[in-house]
Amino acid sequence: VKYLPLVWAALFRRRTRTVLTILSVLAAFLLFGMLEAVRAAFDVSATAAGVDRLVTASRFSIIQPLPKSLLPRIRALPGVRQVTYASWFGGIYQDPKKFFANFASEPAFFDMYPELELPAAQRRAFETTRTGAVVGRDLAEQFGWKVGDKIPIQATIFPKKDGSNAWTFDLVGIFRARNPRQRGQERQLLFRWDFFDEARQFGHGNVGWYIVRVADPDAADRVAAAVDRLSANSDHETKTQTEQAFNLAFVKQVADIGLIVGSIMGAVFFTLLLVTGNTMAQAVRERVPELAVMKTIGFSNRAVLALVLCESVLLLLIGGLLGLAAAAVLLPNLSNAAGGFFTLPPLPARTWLVGAGLMVLIGLVVGALPARRAMRLRIVDALAGR
Amino acid sequence: MTARRWDLLVGAGCGLAALAGIGAWIAMPWFVLPLLVVLLAAWLGLTRRGRQAWSVTLVGVSTMPQRLAAASVVVIGIAGVVGVLVALLAMGDGFEATLVETGSDDVAIVLRAGANAELSSGLDRPSAALIARTPGILRDGDGRPIASPELVVIANLPKKSTGTDANVELRGVGAEAWAVRPDVRIVEGRRFEPGLRELVVGSGAHTQFAGLDVGQTIELNNQSWTVVGRFEAGDAHDSEIWGDAESVSSAYRRTGYQSITARLVGRDAMDGFAAALASDPRLKVDVQTTRAYYGAQSESLAKLIRVLGFTVGVIMAIGAMFGALNTMYAAVAARTREIATLRAIGFAGLPVVVSVLLETMLLALAGGVLGAAGAWSIFHGYTVSTLGASFSQVVFQFQVSPALLWNGLKWALAIGFLGGLFPAVRAARLPVAAALREL
Repeated sequence: VKYLPLVWAALFRRRTRTVLTILSVLAAFLLFGMLEAVRAAFDVSATAAGVDRLVTASRFSIIQPLPKSLLPRIRALPGVRQVTYASWFGGIYQDPKKFFANFASEPAFFDMYPELELPAAQRRAFETTRTGAVVGRDLAEQFGWKVGDKIPIQATIFPKKDGSNAWTFDLVGIFRARNPRQRGQERQLLFRWDFFDEARQFGHGNVGWYIVRVADPDAADRVAAAVDRLSANSDHETKTQTEQAFNLAFVKQVADIGLIVGSIMGAVFFTLLLVTGNTMAQAVRERVPELAVMKTIGFSNRAVLALVLCESVLLLLIGGLLGLAAAAVLLPNLSNAAGGFFTLPPLPARTWLVGAGLMVLIGLVVGALPARRAMRLRIVDALAGR
Repeated sequence: MTARRWDLLVGAGCGLAALAGIGAWIAMPWFVLPLLVVLLAAWLGLTRRGRQAWSVTLVGVSTMPQRLAAASVVVIGIAGVVGVLVALLAMGDGFEATLVETGSDDVAIVLRAGANAELSSGLDRPSAALIARTPGILRDGDGRPIASPELVVIANLPKKSTGTDANVELRGVGAEAWAVRPDVRIVEGRRFEPGLRELVVGSGAHTQFAGLDVGQTIELNNQSWTVVGRFEAGDAHDSEIWGDAESVSSAYRRTGYQSITARLVGRDAMDGFAAALASDPRLKVDVQTTRAYYGAQSESLAKLIRVLGFTVGVIMAIGAMFGALNTMYAAVAARTREIATLRAIGFAGLPVVVSVLLETMLLALAGGVLGAAGAWSIFHGYTVSTLGASFSQVVFQFQVSPALLWNGLKWALAIGFLGGLFPAVRAARLPVAAALREL
């Protein structure tokens, strides 16, 4: 620790060069932070909640509806704690590009999703208002909705009985996610299924999917098999899987996000390694006489090695932490700029940890060669300028 | 103190001018480049200062092997930027091209009013018959309108790469579908027979999903279907499986269709066709050209990929620029005495600036070519699939077009220019006496 001023002085011996290197490290880690956030946004396994929830949908296709008559039969199965159902609505508010999830379900939906918090009074209002709808806070903020507003939604799949596509809901509640990392869940609009079923033109008595909450997550497989057995050999066979598996299957279909992010990061860090490695090599080359003097006055080989390594790690830590901080500041703005197409979660603690680990690692790697050279300097040669 | 302030001013001025230049540069069409090169060559060859610049550049370039490591930092850094940028943009372009190719200006798609995609649409049989009789649709040799009533369902099939189920679009088509889409041609086997549970598979679907070889039988909705042919369309239909509309509709217990796709009598027939549909009180439908329909479907994802590509590209470019700055500052520092000597014997400042700039841009050009070539050799024609607007897999290929490569090279040269500018100015402004004294 007492050598810190020495390392610091060595680092800023050539101010321009150090600042430039720090800036390129900053750019690399800014990218790292942002791409990690993108990856985290698609990383379903990170949402640990919901291990006790199963999703039952048609085995053949996500667009095949299931009869609502399955509800009491699923509920009666042993090991099932609670069941609810939902139908995808696919409506549009103003502009089809401002996509958000909207579907019909029942107020009991919120019993299944304790991670979503709807104030008790608004929950009661949702139960008593047939035309009621509730939305997540994020969505309400985006469109400037307030409780009491009438929200016109344009149907794309389900016209009303009179053939018109204009549905109007009364906003009775705004829910929020308890965990800020699940803010993506706040981009949903939910309305009453009984109203929906009565008012739609076709498809009466059908639901899109069931959500089953099991009493014991360890018995989830057994319950899932039992649910699927209810409809075996019928015209509406089901496939029941954990919510996680269901979501994962969906994300997998979008793209191999991990691979794309991984390849970009590989290219970025390889370049970074070269840039900083070059800087450190130059820094040591220039200081050969100085290092020789230090050795002459009694610094051990090991101490010189440590000094140079410290210098390169410090260089990376400064740049890297600044980069991650910049990413943390930029991310919320980026989510806003994306127009709600996706919501990036704030930078998770894991990213900071992994990032810091990478900084130290890269610092050690790029410092290794110059440091070894510094350690092996022979005082006589170095002082003589050979 | 004043000298220092002057330095700052020059720096700021250079920076602003450079930024403006870069803006124009990025927007520059390709034919301006040869012009610039010719102008530069003329200046180098014909004027005194130009010849001076040329000889200084030669000295710089000839000493490059001595600083191979530092020079390679510039080259590889810029190659990385260009490679990633070109690859990401090629992905966006490929996706968009696949969907846009699917559409055409003289083919119309009719959906139920309000439906924004085939999947959410629905047309009953009487409406379908009415639409097919609407004036404006081209007729075939037998006088039948070239219109195909179609329905689209999503089926689950295991993907070859992961073994897990993914969504594939199963399209039930009418007898005229082949005439509506002449681009679709059978490359293996034969067409399906109407009324039978037979399928033809798109080449993209065939490569992505297991069990779709010609002659194989697959289970759809608990019924077995035989694959009798494979087709190629060169567009989004490649990701689909086709069967007879009536067979698909009975297998999935559908009573109506979802869309009518019709070939119009000409490119300008669209307005008349739309007006005829709108004036029929029995129909509540939306109509658009398939080009508009598929273009809208690709818009948001292609835009997302481009925004991602540019963001990543810009951040990487900034990183690489600092790397180049570093290297060139070091190069200038190493040649301080040499440059000062040149200045002392009468070389002006400009040739020195130009030579440093030329040297950096040469390195940048090497990096750009390397990155572009890398992106082209690895990613051109690389096939991937993603979830399209209809919740099913769309297979598409990366398209590394010449325009993209040109773009990549422009970025490389711009990075090189910025990276070389400041060191070059510093080299030219070194006080001769002080620099000569430096050991």
